[in-house]
Amino acid sequence: MRVAVDIPSYVRCRHVCGASLAASRCYKFGRLVKEVSDEELFAPGHRGCAGCGCTIAMRLALKVAGRNVIVTHATGCMEVISSPYPETAWRVPWIHVAFENSAAVASGVEAALKALGKRHVKVIAFGGDGGTVDIGFQALSGALERGHDFVYICYDNEAYMNTGIQRSGATPYGAATTTSPPGRESFGNRTFKKDMPRIVAAHGIPYVATASVAFPLDYMEKVRKALETEGPAYVHVHASCTPGWGIPSEKSIEVARLAVDSGMWILYELENGRGRVTYKPPEKRPVKEYLRMQKRFRHLTDEHIEVLQRYVDERWDEVFGEDEE
Amino acid sequence: MPHRDVMHGSRAVAEAVRLCDVKVVAAYPITPQTHIVEDIAEMVANGELDAEYIMVESEHSAMSACIGASATGARSFTATASQGLALMHEVLWIASGLRLPIVMVNANRALSAPINIWNDQSDSIAERDSGWIQIYVETAQEALDSVIQAYRIAEDAEVLLPAMVCMDGFVLTHTVEPVEVPDREQVREYLPELRMPHTLDPENPITMGSLGDPNYYMECRKQQELAMERALEVARRADEEFRRVFGRGYGVVEEYNMEDAEVVLVTMGSVAGTIKDTIDMLGDESVGLLRLRLFRPFPKEAVRRALANAKVVNVIEKDVSIGMGEGALMTELKSVLYGSDIKVLGTVAGLGGRDITTGHIRQAVERAQRALRGERVDEVAWAGLKEEAV
Repeated sequence: MRVAVDIPSYVRCRHVCGASLAASRCYKFGRLVKEVSDEELFAPGHRGCAGCGCTIAMRLALKVAGRNVIVTHATGCMEVISSPYPETAWRVPWIHVAFENSAAVASGVEAALKALGKRHVKVIAFGGDGGTVDIGFQALSGALERGHDFVYICYDNEAYMNTGIQRSGATPYGAATTTSPPGRESFGNRTFKKDMPRIVAAHGIPYVATASVAFPLDYMEKVRKALETEGPAYVHVHASCTPGWGIPSEKSIEVARLAVDSGMWILYELENGRGRVTYKPPEKRPVKEYLRMQKRFRHLTDEHIEVLQRYVDERWDEVFGEDEE
Repeated sequence: MPHRDVMHGSRAVAEAVRLCDVKVVAAYPITPQTHIVEDIAEMVANGELDAEYIMVESEHSAMSACIGASATGARSFTATASQGLALMHEVLWIASGLRLPIVMVNANRALSAPINIWNDQSDSIAERDSGWIQIYVETAQEALDSVIQAYRIAEDAEVLLPAMVCMDGFVLTHTVEPVEVPDREQVREYLPELRMPHTLDPENPITMGSLGDPNYYMECRKQQELAMERALEVARRADEEFRRVFGRGYGVVEEYNMEDAEVVLVTMGSVAGTIKDTIDMLGDESVGLLRLRLFRPFPKEAVRRALANAKVVNVIEKDVSIGMGEGALMTELKSVLYGSDIKVLGTVAGLGGRDITTGHIRQAVERAQRALRGERVDEVAWAGLKEEAV
């Protein structure tokens, strides 16, 4: 294990003193990152888009998990781009079964590991936002409530991207998707993003966190905590999608970062119910800046942007108003 | 030591699960299966069975958990019925496509609507193409024995397919019968520990459930078909070996009074008992019964051989393929007998738990006998149907 040096330069956390992940300490978060492995367990050469945020989420999670892990995966972009037979990007044991059951499959894997006396092997279940907040909701809720020792990572790119950008329960207000198109009678998606981490937290599980691919150290630290947690842990990582959001490849991380800096996405964790914001943007950026970078919001009028800004402000005040750090 | 006891059919299944040292059980309640997972829960609670017992939130997750557990190398079990099996439909195909030797008991029950908790076999017959081995049993004893055999067949390196033991809901699950419970050590000898050639193991990472594009998909299906064909011989041998170890066996098909039979009733499951009694009452050498124990793989040769001297066959089955006007077994039997002179008739019976009486069986025999005499008869009849209410 040594410091990661091979993470592309676009994966930069500007709060690591302007340095890339090659830095051994994240000064912003005050944590040592020497445990970041340079081993690539999610291999290059997969079929993900250039600038895909979700592949970063998987790759970094595996850097934390190491080889001693079994991964279950929901159907979706990441499954398709990583496992076209006879190729695979997975250098750890990996199983994909169906769309809605990544958590249920993980519970079977975890039970089998217990039964076979292999408790030292970790279990990670991946699912996209559709596979988590919509079709996989029941299986996830069941697996969390039963207390299986596993980590569920939802990579959230805010729509069904694999099938060509359809609205999911995680799609933000106003976003244009192919099933929530703007038109004379429509301003895009009519509903606000389902607050999945809060719903997960209501299960009373020991660890829940939100993260973003634009904050890799923060994300990896949360995955580490999740893996070390005994019992179910949940990490919801906001991950950009270049075709789905309508952004150029090289802006993928910048846009994801602006989501956090504008308050559209908030980074926090809940350890045994005790909440902690892990990152407070030094300066709150207007939501409009975030929206203007993406084609999916391009049609929005000032009126709708104002609705979103108010929604963000309320949450911002709720979260940061109490944060005395 | 083996011991004899009086128990429900569902208890007999739980005993089999215990004897097979199942490692992971995924349980979800549904009538008339529930007693099975209740009894297993009790065994786990009492330390009689050292298994992980997952109380899943649906049958879809029950099968998904079994897939995860089996892929990790643990012998896995679940039980279901009707709506539960239908909910599993999607993942049944994946269990077989991933070549996982899961064993499941289906307590046969009618499908909604109208909602009906009673017995027929349309639920499992609707899953005939899902790539699962299907065994239909006649008694509680056979249910117990078939679960043990099912693991042996499913886990055979030549097979590696999931297996479904189908037992008639209520008729078998809720009926008390004398059952011989085999000795645990003998079962261990018959059924060695699960050794799968492919498991999720960090020491040797593999990718399971890949995307199979048009270049690869067909070969996967063909491999499943070939494995299913091999399963026929493996099942025959597993039953023979079972007979050698435990002193009883069933064959892949069972023939009753068949030596001089010209009229043969063909069926699956517990109604074979009623048919045997009816044949005994008739005391007629020319009427026999062929019970299919194995439905998938379909024992084509065994059926042709058994029916070599038959003239008219009447298939009595608890399912109907709506729009085809007959049951699936009848259609398949016609296919297997294609080109022969045997006349195939069908009787749709017992749907939604309607009683099948010896009177209905007699009518089925008489219709076949009339056909044998060259009279015109209905190709398909619905036994016990209230014509005035249709």
